[in-house]
Amino acid sequence: MSLLIKTNPMQQQQSPFNTNESNKRVVLQTRALNLWYGENHALKNINLPMTENEVTAIIGPSGCGKSTYIKTLNRMVEVVPNVKISGEIQYRDRNIFDKNYLVEELRTRVGMVFQKPNPFPKSIFENVAYGPKIHGIRNKKILKEIVEKSLRGAAIWDEVKDRLNENAYGLSGGQQQRLCIARCLAIEPDVILMDEPTSALDPKSTLKVEELIQNLKENYSIVIVTHNMQQAARISDKTAFFLNGEVVEYDDTNIIFSTPNDKRTEDYITGRFG
Amino acid sequence: MSKTVNVKELIQKKDKLAKVKAKIEKFIPLFLFALASISILTTVGILSTLVYETYLFFNEVSFMQFFTTTELRPLSPVEPKFSILPLLVGTIMITLVAMLVAVPIGLTTAIFLSEYASHNTRKILKPIIEVLAGIPTIVYGFFAFTFVTPILREVVPGLQSTNALSPGIVMGIMIIPLVASLSEDAMNSVPNAMREGAMALGATKLEVTLRVVIPAAISGIIASFVLGISRALGETMIVTIASGSSKNFTFDITQSMQTMTAYIVEVTSGDAASGTTAYYSLYAVAFTLFIFTLLMNMLARYIARRYREAY
Amino acid sequence: MNDINSINMVEEKKQYINQDVVKRKMSKRLLLNNIVKYLFLFAASFAVAVLAILLYRVSVDSIGWLNLNFLTNRLSTNPDRAGIIGAVVGTVWLMIIVGPVTMIIGIGTAIYLEEYAKRGRLHSFIQTNITNLAGVPSIVFGLLGLTIFVRVFGFGSSIIAGGLTMSLLVLPIVVVSAQEAIRSVPYFLREASYGMGATKWQTIKNVVLPSALPSILTGLILALSRAIGETAPLVVIGIPALLIPIPGSIFDNFTALPMQIYYWTIDSVLVDEYANLAAATIVVLLIILFVMNSIAIIIRNKFQNRY
Repeated sequence: MSLLIKTNPMQQQQSPFNTNESNKRVVLQTRALNLWYGENHALKNINLPMTENEVTAIIGPSGCGKSTYIKTLNRMVEVVPNVKISGEIQYRDRNIFDKNYLVEELRTRVGMVFQKPNPFPKSIFENVAYGPKIHGIRNKKILKEIVEKSLRGAAIWDEVKDRLNENAYGLSGGQQQRLCIARCLAIEPDVILMDEPTSALDPKSTLKVEELIQNLKENYSIVIVTHNMQQAARISDKTAFFLNGEVVEYDDTNIIFSTPNDKRTEDYITGRFG
Repeated sequence: MSKTVNVKELIQKKDKLAKVKAKIEKFIPLFLFALASISILTTVGILSTLVYETYLFFNEVSFMQFFTTTELRPLSPVEPKFSILPLLVGTIMITLVAMLVAVPIGLTTAIFLSEYASHNTRKILKPIIEVLAGIPTIVYGFFAFTFVTPILREVVPGLQSTNALSPGIVMGIMIIPLVASLSEDAMNSVPNAMREGAMALGATKLEVTLRVVIPAAISGIIASFVLGISRALGETMIVTIASGSSKNFTFDITQSMQTMTAYIVEVTSGDAASGTTAYYSLYAVAFTLFIFTLLMNMLARYIARRYREAY
Repeated sequence: MNDINSINMVEEKKQYINQDVVKRKMSKRLLLNNIVKYLFLFAASFAVAVLAILLYRVSVDSIGWLNLNFLTNRLSTNPDRAGIIGAVVGTVWLMIIVGPVTMIIGIGTAIYLEEYAKRGRLHSFIQTNITNLAGVPSIVFGLLGLTIFVRVFGFGSSIIAGGLTMSLLVLPIVVVSAQEAIRSVPYFLREASYGMGATKWQTIKNVVLPSALPSILTGLILALSRAIGETAPLVVIGIPALLIPIPGSIFDNFTALPMQIYYWTIDSVLVDEYANLAAATIVVLLIILFVMNSIAIIIRNKFQNRY
C-alpha cells in the first residue's frame, strides 16, 4: 500500500474521498490581515482558512509574501524590526494577536519547520528532547519515549536509533530536515508550518519528506510554503496562490491545478511567469 | 598647432627603462621580506635573551630552590633567596580575583548586547565598552590605588593599603571589554536559523540563549576567558602600583602581594647591577611569565579552532 | 513497511505534553526571562558606570591643577610649580620614532604577507609569529629593549631605545590591520592595473596601497594611541624620575606622560598633592587619546564602503 502512494500520489489526490471536505474543521482562520515591513506593504487584506488534518499549500512567485504569511501564523515574523500588523488570525477560536496570548504558548501549538535544516549543534537525542525539556519534562524515561516516538513519527528512527548521541551535524541534509520535523513533533503541536522544507534537499530526500508529510496529516494540520508546483500538486489538499502580497485564489488543489478561476493563477501554474 | 602625441612611441621610449624596472621588481620582494623578518627577529631576540640570562641564573641558583622553596629575598645582603612561588601565588590570586569580576560581567554584557539589546541600545553601549578597552593601564592603576583601595578599606576589615583585592578587581574591570567583545563575536556568529528553531518550539529568549546560543558559541566564549587570563597574567602597572611589593608566601588577598610582572619592575627600577644574581632572576621570572602567557594564548587559539561547530 | 510502522506509532496518540501544564508554567518562565533581562542590562551598565566614575574622579581631582602653567612648566618637586612640558615633549619624541618605524616595517610586512609570500610554511610561520607577539606581555618587550637597545646597542635610557622598544610592541597591531586593509582591496582593481601592463610593484604602489591607505592609517593611529599609554616597557628600560632637561635629540634621556603619572601616583603617599598632579596628567593623556581615536574614526567613516 505504501508502494502505491509512492508511485502515484496524484491518484490519491483525485479520489472522491478527498474532495468531499466541506465539513472539515478550520484550525487557523485569517481575517483581513495586513502586514507592513516599515513602509513596505507586504501582505494585503489576507482572508484564508486552514483546515484540520489537511495539507494546505501556499504557492506563488518569490517575493509574493508567502514566506511572510506562514511566519505570521506563529508570529515568528515579529522578530524582524519595524513590522506592523493589522487584522486577526484565529487559532481554535482565539486571536493569536490577543495581548494575553503568549507567543511562546502559541508556538507550542503551532510548530514550524524551516527552509534550511537548522538542527542545534547538539546530539540527535538532545535536539529532539530540547522542546519537551524547556516545557518542563525532566523525567529521563519519558524523554526517551518522546524522542523515540517523534523520530519514528518523522520516519528517521531506523536510520539514527544506533547513534542518538552523535552530533546532529553528522547527518545528511535530508536526515537533518527530518530530524527538525521530529524536533517539531516532540512538542506535540496541533499545526505544523513548513517553510519550503525541501528547497535545500536533493530529489531523493525530497521524496522522503513528501511521503512523511502525507503521513503526518493523519494527526496534524499542515501548512506548507513551496515554490515547487509539482510538489504542491502532489501533496496538498488545498492550495492558495499568492501574488504581490495578495491571495489571488484559494481552492481544492485539484481544482487549482486543473480549472483555476483566475487567469493569473493559470498563467503561473502553466509556467508563463514566476 | 598642436603636435599629435604618439602614445605608442612614448611607451616604447619608456621601455628603455625596462631593465631598471625589472631590477626593482626583483629587489622589492627581498626588501619586503627583510622587513617581514623583523618580527621573527623580535621573537628570536626575546627568546634568546630570556633563555640565555635564565641559563646564567640557574648556574647560580638551583632549579629546586626556584620552584619548590617559598622564600624570596633577592636583595638581601646576607643570604639572598630566590623562589618564584610567592610571585606565582601573587599572580594567580590576583588573576583569580580579576577573572571573578571579568567573567560574569563580561559574559552577561555580551549576552545582553548580542541577544537582548535593541539596535539603538547596542549602538550606544558598544562604543562605551570600547572606550573602556582603550584606557591605558596606568590610569587603571591610579584608579585602583587612589579610589578603589580607600573605599574597600572602609568595607573590608584588615585590608592593607597595598593588597591583592583592589588591583584584582580593577584588573577585572579592565578585562571586561575583552571578554565581552570576544564572547559577543562568538554569539553573533551563531546563525539566526538556530535561534528561530528554538523560538518556534516555544522557547523564551532566556531559554534560547542558555540552551542554544551559548552551547553553540561555547568554544569562542571559553577562548575569550583564556585570553582574559593571559592578559591578567601579563598586566603590570595596576599591580605594580596597587598590590605592593611584599614577597611573603601567602594566599590572603587582603595582604600585599607581588606578581611576577611587579617583581620585574621592582628589580629593574632598583639598583640591581647587571651581572648580579638578582638581575638574572628577573629574566628567569620573565621567562616563566612568557611561557605562561604563550601557553594561554595557544590554548585559546586551540579551543577556538578545535571546537568550532560546523553549522 | 517502514512507513506503516511509523503511522501506527503516531496513531497510538499517547500525549506526553500537557498543554495546561505548559500554560501554567509559561508565565513563570516568562517572568524569569524578564528578571534575567534586567539583570543582564544591569551587568552591561556596569562598564558604563565604572567609566563614568573613573572620568568623574580624575576630573574632580585635577580641578585647580590643570591649567596653562601645568602644561608649560617643567618638572618640579614643588607641586605648585610642577608641570609636564618635559613629559609632553618626550611623548612627542617617542611618537616621532614609533610612527615612521612601525609604518614602514608594518606596511612592508603586510604587503609581503598578502601580495608576495606564497601560502605555505614560511607564510604561516611569520603569521603565527606575529599573532604570538601580539600576546606577549608588554613588560617582556621592556626586557628585550633593556637587553638589546639599552645595553647591547648602548643607547642607554634614551628616546631611541624607548621608541624602538615601543615600535616592536605595537608592530603586530599595525601589521594585522594593514593586512586586513590590503585584503579588502577588491581584486578587480588589481586586474584593471595588470590589464594595462603594469608590473606587480606598480600595481601595489599605485592601486592597492592608495586604496588601502585610510584603513592602514586608522590601524596606525590606534597602534600609536596604545604606545602613548604604555608604561611598563618604559619603566623596565629605566626611564628616570629625576628632573631632567627637555630632550633635544633622539639620543637624549627623556620622560613621558605615563611615566609621570606612574611616579606621581606612587609618590602620592609622600606628598598628597602628587595625586592631583597625576590626575591632571591623566586628563591630558586621555584627551590626547580621545583626539587620536576621533581622528581614526573620522578617517574610517569617511573612506568606508567606497567600492
